[in-house]
Amino acid sequence: MSGETYAHVSNLLIPTATVIYALAMVSHAMEWAIGRASVVKTAVVKEGVLVASDGQPVSDVPAVEEPESGERMDAASRIGLLLTWLGFLLHLGGVVTRGLAAQRVPWGNMYEFSITASLAVAIVYLIFVQRYKLQYLGLGVTFVIAAVLGLASLALYTPAGPLVPALHSYWLVIHVSAAAISGGAFTVGGLLSVLYLIKARAERKVLAGGTMSASLGRLPSAESMDGTAYKVLAFAFPLWTFGVLVAGPIWAEHAWGRYWGWDPKEVWSLVTWVVYAAYLHARATAGWRGRRAATIAIVGWFVFIFNFVGVNLLVSGMHSYAGV
Amino acid sequence: MTEIKDRIGASSRPEEPSGPPALGLVGWLRWTWRQLTSMKTALVLLFLLALGAVPGSLVPQTAIDPIKVSDFLTAHPKLGPLYDKLGLFDVYKSAWFSAIYLLLFISLIGCVVPRLSVYFRAVRARPPKPPRNLNRLPGYERFEVEADSDVLEVAKRELRRRRFRVQTYDGAVSAERGYLREAGNLLFHFSLILALIGFAWGSLFGYRGTVLVVVGNGFSNTLAQYDDFTPGRAFGGDDDLPPFSLTVKDFQVKFQQDGPQKGAAREFKAQLEYQETPDSPQKSYVLQVNHPLELDGSSLFLLGHGYAPRVTVRDGQGNVAFSGPAPFLPQDNNFSSFGVIKAPDARPETLGFEGFFLPTAVIGQDGPVSVFPDDLNPQLVMTGYYGRPQPETGKPESVYQLDKSKLTQFEQNGDKWRFQLAPGQSATLPDKAGSITFDGYSRWVKLQVSHTPGTHLALAGILLAILGLMGSLFVHPRRTWVRVRDEDGRTVVEVAGLDRGPERGLGDEIHAITKSLKPAGPSNQEQP
Ligand code: HEM
Repeated sequence: MSGETYAHVSNLLIPTATVIYALAMVSHAMEWAIGRASVVKTAVVKEGVLVASDGQPVSDVPAVEEPESGERMDAASRIGLLLTWLGFLLHLGGVVTRGLAAQRVPWGNMYEFSITASLAVAIVYLIFVQRYKLQYLGLGVTFVIAAVLGLASLALYTPAGPLVPALHSYWLVIHVSAAAISGGAFTVGGLLSVLYLIKARAERKVLAGGTMSASLGRLPSAESMDGTAYKVLAFAFPLWTFGVLVAGPIWAEHAWGRYWGWDPKEVWSLVTWVVYAAYLHARATAGWRGRRAATIAIVGWFVFIFNFVGVNLLVSGMHSYAGV
Repeated sequence: MTEIKDRIGASSRPEEPSGPPALGLVGWLRWTWRQLTSMKTALVLLFLLALGAVPGSLVPQTAIDPIKVSDFLTAHPKLGPLYDKLGLFDVYKSAWFSAIYLLLFISLIGCVVPRLSVYFRAVRARPPKPPRNLNRLPGYERFEVEADSDVLEVAKRELRRRRFRVQTYDGAVSAERGYLREAGNLLFHFSLILALIGFAWGSLFGYRGTVLVVVGNGFSNTLAQYDDFTPGRAFGGDDDLPPFSLTVKDFQVKFQQDGPQKGAAREFKAQLEYQETPDSPQKSYVLQVNHPLELDGSSLFLLGHGYAPRVTVRDGQGNVAFSGPAPFLPQDNNFSSFGVIKAPDARPETLGFEGFFLPTAVIGQDGPVSVFPDDLNPQLVMTGYYGRPQPETGKPESVYQLDKSKLTQFEQNGDKWRFQLAPGQSATLPDKAGSITFDGYSRWVKLQVSHTPGTHLALAGILLAILGLMGSLFVHPRRTWVRVRDEDGRTVVEVAGLDRGPERGLGDEIHAITKSLKPAGPSNQEQP
């Protein structure tokens, strides 16, 4: 196939993937909507002491008032995950054909970086979804991916073309893939932390004698989500360290003749790094674990997003892309 | 849950020093030191570092773009000086930013050095006795065995197989693993210190300079020849510069000819001849973006390129007042290049010219513009000025700007005088003031010479830090106990685990261990 055919295929696949992700999002939204209607009555949350034989806190199996709503929620969740896989395959195809069309790695401009970074979110989510039982993140993840892809297609689209010479280097490949994958993990960790805060609040309400909706009741305990967020972010942090503090400076040295120049993008990458270091410290400090640590994880995620979007659009620097 | 806090080392020192002591200088110093090296202070300092780094990305920085800084100062006459006082134009060298990272650095050292000895003690320690109430632990299972069972022997083998360190007590086996976590953590923090030293070394003893060289011309590595030079604080002057010299023989650039990214540069390379020292043999090198030339510890980079029109200016008396290439600076992606030509020696009046070189000129709505970066239709579009000859002041003057305060613009037929020339053409100045000839044009390249010592140290530091980080984040420290007890004549085996990392959760490890200890046959199983 010629470059133009590839470009054409890519331009078909990416919008299709966006639509499929959006459908997955609708399915997950229904999952939550069904759950909102029914209410969990029994307060089963106990401070981590009470544990079942499999080591899972008992609070993971709350009593739901209407059992059939649970089944309907499960079905909606499964359909959502299935659609996410489908969207991911189309998305992957779209990114690969984009690379083939341009005959290089597909992240030479903001459009390409958006489709690649959102692919990274999908990858990280799908890698961890079975292992850590992350189905409940479906709504957040599909929303983020569909939004980024939609925005990329509508506002950032740039036709495929070769790179400007400064962007040629295999260090770029390493640097950007590390940054994209850790960005995907920051996103998953951020979403987990948001849900943690919601669930922790609901649990406190239940402890005080209140009730919790079934969709929240279906989530793992706040404590277990906190642990999962930590694992995902612990995976991201060394990778980000490598991508931003090793591969990035080496590439900058090749391309611009200096390792580190306090360029806005570099500054914000460092700020992201420091915020996540603070997150890890917070988790190890009594009194900071839990709510405050989760807040830091969310701040880190926003800082990461600002670095990717805000810095490119608002602040000029050497990292600005050819044709945005 | 409190036991999770009881991490290796953390127990040896109170996490939060209690309030300030009542008296004594030593007491005060000790209290301050404790405060500084506490984990909460580290947390606060990390936040301050993150916050402190931000303004440098929003306010223009002298070290990156001095022109933007002076623009900012002109645009904000009130705010500008205030920013300047706060060091906001040079954040990363400002006193307050340095204070933050120095405090963090001290806190880091003060925090990890004592932990080292704590760790060495912990590494040699044996797994502790089981706590009295094993069933309070997050992972707990129990089952019954025959009274003469060798379950503890099996447990020892099984735990060793799972790479636990095992210690036998009376009627119980204690096991612990994951000692490498703390080692990784210490390696991480020490390597950060190493990396910071490397980084500081580079910014103290390094330097960076740029110079613009017209193709055909040469450069020799002395301070005087640089257009722009940024030394580190400990840089020693010309003696620290390797004595190389070079000539730019040729420069080639290829631009995308068609398609949506038409005009984007595809490759550029400069053909160099160079000598490492005045006595060494002549060598050649093709300098490209991404392919620097290494010269005795310094690196030579190709940063950019542009056009330098060659012109000859004759004055009113017919003498040549200027002749040669004048580098023009590209203003947009199509290389519309702005520049000036100065002829201070012209008589009876000095002459100066200002305007654009357009590599591919077309007439647009607002006059001539360039529509492609390559030289398809080069044109020189300029205007001229004249003025009284001025005495030499010796004050340095930008070669890219014309000081028009003492000059008058030429006029013709009541209009400002302008000329547009193709290579080889000449224009006659109004009022018989002379002439200007566009002889042709050369290209120029912008070269950078830089030297950053300590980068290998910084790199090694960060790589070791990542290694340590992996140990610190992925090693899962935990304890397991197996105890045999007599309970109303029955022999009960208890298996319990304690997670000592921040992950929370032992997974199904306790369950798996229990399963391997249970004697074959379902007869004596007891569900917990
Ligand atoms: C440049 C500044 C620093 C950075 C980037 C940094 C980074 C980190 C990271 C990423 C971790 C997580 C490792 C883990 O979870 O095991 C960590 C752990 C830790 N840091 Fe730092 N740190 C810094 C400074 C400090 C300072 C100044 C102290 C002393 C108060 C300190 C004390 C600790 C301790 C005690 C842990 C272990 C927590 C645990 O047991 O999990 N750090 N640090």
